[in-house]
Amino acid sequence: MGFSDADLAAIWLTLRLAGITTLLLLLIGTPLAWWLAHTRSRWRGPVAAVVALPLVLPPTVLGFYLLLAMGPQGPVGQFTQWLGLDALPFTFWGLVVASVIYSMPFVVQPIQNAIEALGRRPLEVAATLRAGPWDRFWTVVVPLARPGFVTAAILGFAHTVGEFGVVLMIGGNIPGETRVVSVQIYDHVEAMEYAEAHWLAGSMVIFSFLVLLALHATHRHTTHGAMP
Amino acid sequence: MTERIQARLHLRYAGFALDVDLQLPGRGITALFGPSGSGKTTVLRLIAGLERTDDGFVSVNGEVWQDGRHFLPTHKRPLGYVFQEASLFPHLSVRGNLDYGRRRVCSAMDAEALERAVDLLGIAHLLTRRPDGLSGGERQRVAIARALALNPRLLLMDEPLAALDLKRKQEILPYLERLHDELSIPVLYVSHSPEEVARLADHLVFMQHGRALASGPCLELMNRRDLPLGQQEDGESILAARVVEHDAQDHLTRVAFTGGELWLPRHDLCLGHAVRVRIHARDVSLSLTRPGGTSILNILPATVVASSDAGPGQSLVRLDVGGTVLLARITRRSLNALALAPGQHVFAQIKSVALIE
Repeated sequence: MGFSDADLAAIWLTLRLAGITTLLLLLIGTPLAWWLAHTRSRWRGPVAAVVALPLVLPPTVLGFYLLLAMGPQGPVGQFTQWLGLDALPFTFWGLVVASVIYSMPFVVQPIQNAIEALGRRPLEVAATLRAGPWDRFWTVVVPLARPGFVTAAILGFAHTVGEFGVVLMIGGNIPGETRVVSVQIYDHVEAMEYAEAHWLAGSMVIFSFLVLLALHATHRHTTHGAMP
Repeated sequence: MTERIQARLHLRYAGFALDVDLQLPGRGITALFGPSGSGKTTVLRLIAGLERTDDGFVSVNGEVWQDGRHFLPTHKRPLGYVFQEASLFPHLSVRGNLDYGRRRVCSAMDAEALERAVDLLGIAHLLTRRPDGLSGGERQRVAIARALALNPRLLLMDEPLAALDLKRKQEILPYLERLHDELSIPVLYVSHSPEEVARLADHLVFMQHGRALASGPCLELMNRRDLPLGQQEDGESILAARVVEHDAQDHLTRVAFTGGELWLPRHDLCLGHAVRVRIHARDVSLSLTRPGGTSILNILPATVVASSDAGPGQSLVRLDVGGTVLLARITRRSLNALALAPGQHVFAQIKSVALIE
């Protein structure tokens, strides 16, 4: 025996969700991490705290407020209605929005740490060598902070794959739309289908192990950092 | 086009205020010299645009880099900058580092000129290496070549030797001297080492507490007694001279300076080579008549300019030797016995002369 069609659908959905979420997080998280690493604004503390909230909040709390916000009466719901879109709860894109928020700290913090470790000097050097701001970002920040970006992507992806509480709160359990692997496992266990649950759960254990192994490898290969 | 650098800079932050108005020559090496915390590096960073001040004014040989209304960002200023630590990009090879800036400037050195600079700095054998495999001295030479490769209009060097030990310093100084001889662009050189300044600089700005206390030709300032230039506790004179003769038999070299000539132990230098020599004030004695029958080789006619107390029983006499300043440290008893007064003609006997190197 192996994966059923429903299992495969859940796996595919999970990978799609995690992939899209990771991509969006790198796009949103990088400027945010940059700002947090460089700003002297008094908003730095509050913003950093908000970004880190998902680390400490129970997913159900997060999911609850996201549900309210994205519902027809909530501000996000009003906005999507104004745009002429369907309400986000219980849809794939609702999950994407929730996952982006839920996994934000796992992406922002490694990038922020890498940028802070880089310091201003390499950027100043690049500026004296005539590189403009974008040029400096692509030719200095990205290559030198690459371990931070890799870590951020891996953690963001893995954390999204592993989410459960938020998905249940705002996504429900719709096959092919919001039924991700963690929910599918829950369903199997509820239905006493332990063998099926084992297949999926065991795969998750192996996946997580491999992710951590990959992380370890990226850190070992890139232990330089300071400029000589 | 005016051949000069102007910088009017004000900056204020907690516990520090910088306020300078500099008019510097548009060629040669100008040293910004002073104790740490005097604002030397800040001046350099402001000129480079790495630090921002809104009401500043910076112009280099007629080209305005910033005034009250305009501020050219660092990457648009035609400058080269050598940081205290070499700050090479660790993800690029030595060649990659050299090409980083060069690729971004159309007026940069061509391959041939770069090759000459690379040879001059002695880094040709390092081009394929990674920065983390280089010694501190090698890295700093690469950083200097990287800045030169841009063909900048102004080269800024922030204590390029400070992070290096004595041996590495000795390794780089000759290269800097060669640059000085071959380079036509102006260089601003931050240093707190009187040695480096005496050896390299043409012009000197002495800074303290965020202000420029004095600015002028290097030797003139170094020989001034009213500036705390660090090395002059004992009193010494630094003279610019040129090699004019070698005496192979006696193993001596003769150098000429404005106002006279000196013999010193033989150095393997080309005739005509510009050198600087140091004479400690305690090695200079004075006589009213030309001394005869003495073992001392260097005896120069001089005129007393002034004298001042220099510790218990000691006097420092400032002499003029045909336009060059010479300091002599003698006992107060001798000063009185010889009745030395300004305008008096004397003979200065110089016991030892050292080449600065």
